[in-house]
Amino acid sequence: MKLLVRLYNESRPIIAQVVKDTGILINVDRARSDAHEGEEALVDVPDEHCLMISERMKSLGAEVRILEEGIRHDEEECIDCGACISICPKGVFYLDDEWKLQVETKKCILCGKCIISCPHNALVLSY
Amino acid sequence: MEKSIDEINRRIRDGTARVVTADEMPDIVAELGEEGALKEVDVVTTGTFGAMCSSGAFLNFGHAEPPIKMERIWLNDVEAYGGIAAVDTYIGATNKSVTRMENYGGAHVIEDFISGKAIELRAQSSGSDCYPRRSITTEVRLEDLNQAIMVNPRNAYQRYDAAVNTSDDILYTYMGTLLPHSGNVTFSGAGTLNPICNDPNLRLIGSGVPILLGGAQGMVIGEGTQHSSAGNFATLMTTGDMTEMNSDFLRAAFMYRYGPTLYLGIGIPLPVLDIETVRKTAVRDEDISVSIRDYGVPSRSRPVIRPVSYAELKSGKIELNGEEVKTSSLSSYRRAKLVANTLKKWIEDGHMNLCLPTRYIDTSKQAKPMRETRKVVLVQEIMQRRVVTIKEDQDITEAAKKLLKGETNHLPVLNEQGRLTGVVTTFDVAKAVARPERKVKVQDVMTRNVITTQADEPIDIAAQKLENHRISALPVVDAQNQCIAILHASDLGKLFKPGGPRT
Repeated sequence: MKLLVRLYNESRPIIAQVVKDTGILINVDRARSDAHEGEEALVDVPDEHCLMISERMKSLGAEVRILEEGIRHDEEECIDCGACISICPKGVFYLDDEWKLQVETKKCILCGKCIISCPHNALVLSY
Repeated sequence: MEKSIDEINRRIRDGTARVVTADEMPDIVAELGEEGALKEVDVVTTGTFGAMCSSGAFLNFGHAEPPIKMERIWLNDVEAYGGIAAVDTYIGATNKSVTRMENYGGAHVIEDFISGKAIELRAQSSGSDCYPRRSITTEVRLEDLNQAIMVNPRNAYQRYDAAVNTSDDILYTYMGTLLPHSGNVTFSGAGTLNPICNDPNLRLIGSGVPILLGGAQGMVIGEGTQHSSAGNFATLMTTGDMTEMNSDFLRAAFMYRYGPTLYLGIGIPLPVLDIETVRKTAVRDEDISVSIRDYGVPSRSRPVIRPVSYAELKSGKIELNGEEVKTSSLSSYRRAKLVANTLKKWIEDGHMNLCLPTRYIDTSKQAKPMRETRKVVLVQEIMQRRVVTIKEDQDITEAAKKLLKGETNHLPVLNEQGRLTGVVTTFDVAKAVARPERKVKVQDVMTRNVITTQADEPIDIAAQKLENHRISALPVVDAQNQCIAILHASDLGKLFKPGGPRT
């Protein structure tokens, strides 16, 4: 499960703290530091510990949102061209045996690169 | 053995014609042999579904009361052609809306029409005794029009070169998003299903031949614009009735930072008359080769990186300079198959008869580039040759003085050999003063990844660099990377002064 973590407490190592306390390994998919908007990290945690880790991070002062799904694929608009396939850094998209676009949202790190690359406006971020 | 077109049409009427799609043909020929395939198969259907920018439609709205000769026309704020009186117009697919977001254009007007939506028609006129009305605003639907005839000047490219980008910057093109450093390859076309790939000598495809266009039964008019059969880039001009089209085969699209375009399904049935038809329709993806071109070079003649077949492109990845690079199709092979299968069904059900061209298309034609009679304005005509520079190891206080004295915001930074290694701006210096942690030399605060131009580069390309990188100056370098001048964004104003290069 993916968590979007916003950090406001300057330089406090909240993610490291949670890993140390719980012993659960967390994968940081993407992190961004912006002078105006603060720090934001997209982390991948095991599904079964998702709620617990989210609570821990909140108690340490982070704002946490559980992302139920990654990129949203509008099958009505999609024409199965595959323009998104080579843009995605994580291999989320592929064409199946019938040349239909398949989307593995679990792999998505919500970078948003595919959104502007879709000629048919068929990909949207759901958060 | 040969078959006549009448014989094939008789079988279509009887319901006994054997129709196959072009992707099935190679295996049939391999199994039955050429003679066997000729005996067995009567019609091969082809199909493609992709961006067809050079498309549009003639519309007739009927006369208003009092009548108007529409001279300037907008459909949902997309301008349509007003030079074909009085209530006729041509709406082109790539025209952008003048008011709505950039991602709405002529193609969207066409798609909205065929999905039954009301479109706002706005028109102006200078008025005359026979057409006194000066303006009109109304809402029209497709069913309200007398005619909506799609006429597409350039469709169904025989094949299309693939695209890559070797430059350092991401590019947004009509070939989609091209990642820097050859990060991906994009391509277009259906390969083995492509109509003209199955009839490269245009023996069967020509004027009057029935086709599927956007889901309607349309027709080939003749050669398309930029038709270049001699270079294996033949094109077709096509037509069809928009009122019979549907969104399975017609979709508006928007290429980021390029603009609107129309995705269209086109399929052509080919009567299997002789061995030559069998041979040509047995074409496989492996046999169809295109070039991979470098869109990182902003020129008409983009360098060829290497040839590539549709089989490689469709596999999802290709090898480029020893590395694996992912490919993306911009056209839909799934929908191309849908086109070929729909056409197959129409013929099996006896809904479409075939014919031979009433006029053949010239296969010796080669498209020419534009004749240009005025020279392109180059950077050297407006660049500033007096350029204040600084050395890497000088203090930032020295940089501050030079910026003030030179009345500039940009100092090109040179190394010991006089080569350009960076740029330092007033912003960099101000930042260094505001946060003075050990940053005292120019090399500590300068930007190292400098975007440059050359004296002989066309000014439009330099302007595109300024815009894409949101910067306000470009150092002008020579072949040895020596900074010989500087081009400021403000220098572009010289182009519009009386007596300037563009007046």
